[in-house]
Amino acid sequence: MLNIKNLHVQLEEEDKQILKGVDLTVEAGKVHAIMGPNGSGKSTLSYVLSGRDGYEVTEGEAKLDGEDLLEMEPEERAAAGLFLAFQYPVEIPGVGNMTFLRTAVNAQRKARGEDEISAADFLKVIRERAKALKIDADMLKRPVNVGFSGGEKKRNEILQMAMLEPKMCILDETDSGLDVDAMKLVAEGVNALRNEGRGFLVITHYQRLLDHIKPDVVHIMADGKIVKTGGPELALEVENNGYADILAEVA
Amino acid sequence: MAEPAPKSNPTEERLDTLTMPQNGWADAARKAALARVREMGLPGRRDEYWKFTRPDSLVQPTAPVAALFQNEEGPLFGDLDRLKIVFVDGVFDAEQSDDLTLSGVRIDRLAESADIHWASDLYGTLEGNGHYVPRPLAALNTAYATDGVLIHVTDKAEKPINFIYLHENETSDAILHHVVKLDPGAELTLLETGPAAARFNKAMEVDVADGATFHHVRAQGRDHERRAATHIFARLGAESVFKSFTLTVNGRLTRNECVIDITGDDAVAHVAGACVGDGDFHHDDTVFVTHDALRCESRQVFKKVLRNGAVGVFQGKILVKEGAQKTDGYQISQSLLLDDDSQFLAKPELEIYADDVACSHGSTSGAIDEEALFYLRSRGVPAEIATDLLTLAFLAEAVEEIEDEVLRDALVERLQGWLERHRG
Repeated sequence: MLNIKNLHVQLEEEDKQILKGVDLTVEAGKVHAIMGPNGSGKSTLSYVLSGRDGYEVTEGEAKLDGEDLLEMEPEERAAAGLFLAFQYPVEIPGVGNMTFLRTAVNAQRKARGEDEISAADFLKVIRERAKALKIDADMLKRPVNVGFSGGEKKRNEILQMAMLEPKMCILDETDSGLDVDAMKLVAEGVNALRNEGRGFLVITHYQRLLDHIKPDVVHIMADGKIVKTGGPELALEVENNGYADILAEVA
Repeated sequence: MAEPAPKSNPTEERLDTLTMPQNGWADAARKAALARVREMGLPGRRDEYWKFTRPDSLVQPTAPVAALFQNEEGPLFGDLDRLKIVFVDGVFDAEQSDDLTLSGVRIDRLAESADIHWASDLYGTLEGNGHYVPRPLAALNTAYATDGVLIHVTDKAEKPINFIYLHENETSDAILHHVVKLDPGAELTLLETGPAAARFNKAMEVDVADGATFHHVRAQGRDHERRAATHIFARLGAESVFKSFTLTVNGRLTRNECVIDITGDDAVAHVAGACVGDGDFHHDDTVFVTHDALRCESRQVFKKVLRNGAVGVFQGKILVKEGAQKTDGYQISQSLLLDDDSQFLAKPELEIYADDVACSHGSTSGAIDEEALFYLRSRGVPAEIATDLLTLAFLAEAVEEIEDEVLRDALVERLQGWLERHRG
C-alpha cells in the first residue's frame, strides 16, 4: 500500500540532510511501527509523507497504492487516503470542531467524485464515533483543539481518523503526553479501525504504546535510515536494552 | 464682518456646491453647524486626525464617479420582518418604503417635519458636542443634510427598522442625517444596508435614555468604487445599552467614525466592525469613547482582512474622565494581511483620569497561520477553502458582537460569498 524507496530529504532552509535513504513498505491490513531515538528522522518522515512545507526531497519516491504522493498537495494526499495523526495537534480558534470535520469529510468525498454526506447523517455518525472515544458534545462544538487537554487532543485526532476513514494511517508519537488510561482509550480507537484494507504506520519512542496497538512489523530508525527490521520482539528489545545496543550492532 | 473667503479655499469650494434646506425647527442648528464648518475648515491631508486617510475625495466639490455594482445576491435581511425605509442615491423612495408607522415608535422624515419637533433638542447637538477633536464633515452634514429619519422610540419597537440605501446613479452625492431618541426603557434594533451613493456623507445622532437599549447592525454595500464618511454620535444614560456593528465589504474609501459619550452609571457600549478589502480599498474606523460615569463597560472590537494592496486604519480612543471609577474598557483591533502589499495602520489610545479602572487595548496584524492551514489541508480541506475558514474564524470575534443570531448568520453568509468571489 505505502511504498517508500530510497527517500532522501533535506531541510529547505538549511543544507541539512534528515532522511538518508529510507526504504519502507507497509502492506494493507498491517501495522508497522517505527521506533528510534530523538532526531533519527521519524517525525520528518511523517511530515514529508503528508506534504508539509519546509522539506525538500532530493532523491527517492513515496507512493500510495501506486500514486506518487510527493507530487500531490496535502489535501490531495488526504483525499487519496493518507492520514497523519499529529504529534502536536494544532489549535484553530474560531473554527468549530464539527464544522471542520464535516468540511473535511465532504471535501474528500468531493475530490473522489462521491456525494456529500448530509448534515443529519454526519451528525449521527460523528456522535456514535465520538462516544466510543469518550468525546462529549461540548468538545465537538468547541473550536478545534482549543482548550483541549493533551489527551483530548489525541482522542480528537483519532476521531478525525475514524470519520475520514483513510487507507493509510500514520500516527506520529500519539502516545506522547498521554497517561495510561488515555493511551488505552486512544489505542482502542485505533484498534477499532484496524481492518484488512487499512495500513498503519505507528511512530513512537516507547514500547508501551505497542502493548496496546500490536504491530506486525517493527522498524528501528537511526540517523535518517531504517537500520533494523523485525517482529514485535524488536520493540521489547528496545524496551529492555535501549537503542544503544541495536545501534552498536548495526554500526 | 468676516471677509469673504478666497476662492482657492477647499472648504468654500465645497460649500459653494451645496444649498442649505429650510426646515424651520432645524434652521438654527444648521446655521450653527455651518459656522463650525467654517471655523474648523474641511479636513486636509495635514490634519492629525486624518493622518492615515486622505480626505481629498470626501471634500472635493463633486463626487468622484462610482460605477454601479451588479450582484446576484438578494437583498440583505430580505427574509426578516422589518420596517423598510428606502433611499435611492440619498432621496427618499416612498414607493419602495413601508408606511412609516410602527408600534412603540414615531417616525418622521427630516425633509418633511416642518414643525417644532422633539428632535430640535437633538439635531446637531450631539454632533456639535463631539468635543476634543474637530469633525467638520459631520458639521457639514448637519448644515446641509437633505433628508434623514427622525425616530422617537417610546417603547419596545415592534420590529427592526431597516434603512436601505440604494445606489443607482454613478455620480450621486448624498447627505443624510438621522436622529434616534430612545425614551427610558425603550428598545430598538436599527439596520442599515446598502452603498447609498457614489459619495455618502451620513451622520446619526442617538440619544439612549436610562435603561434603554439600542442595537445597530449595518452593512455598507458591495460597490467597489463608492466612498463614504459616516458618523455616529451617541449619548448613553444610566443602565442603557448601545451596541453597533458594521460590516464593510468593498468600497474605495470608507471612514466610519463613532463617538460615544457614556454619561449614566452602569451603561454598556459595544462598537464592532469587520471589513474585508481587496485591491483599491481604504477603510478607516475611528472610535472615541468617553466614560463619564461609574461602572460602565465599553468594548471596541475591529477586525480587518486585507489583500492586494488594501489599506485598513484604526484610530480608537478610550477616555476615562475623573471620577469615572470602575470603568471596564476594552479595545482590540486586528488585521489579517493576506499578502505583503496590504497595510494596516493603527493608533490605539487610552487616556485615563480615574484610578480604579480596568482598561486594556491591543492591536495586531498578521498573516494566515501556516500551521493551521497545513492542519486543515492535511485533513483534505483544499487550500482556498481552508483559507476561507481561517479568515472567517479571524473575523468571528467581531461578528460575534452581534447578539441576534439571525442577523449574525446573514452577515456571515455575505462574508462567505465575498471570500468565495475574492479567492486566489
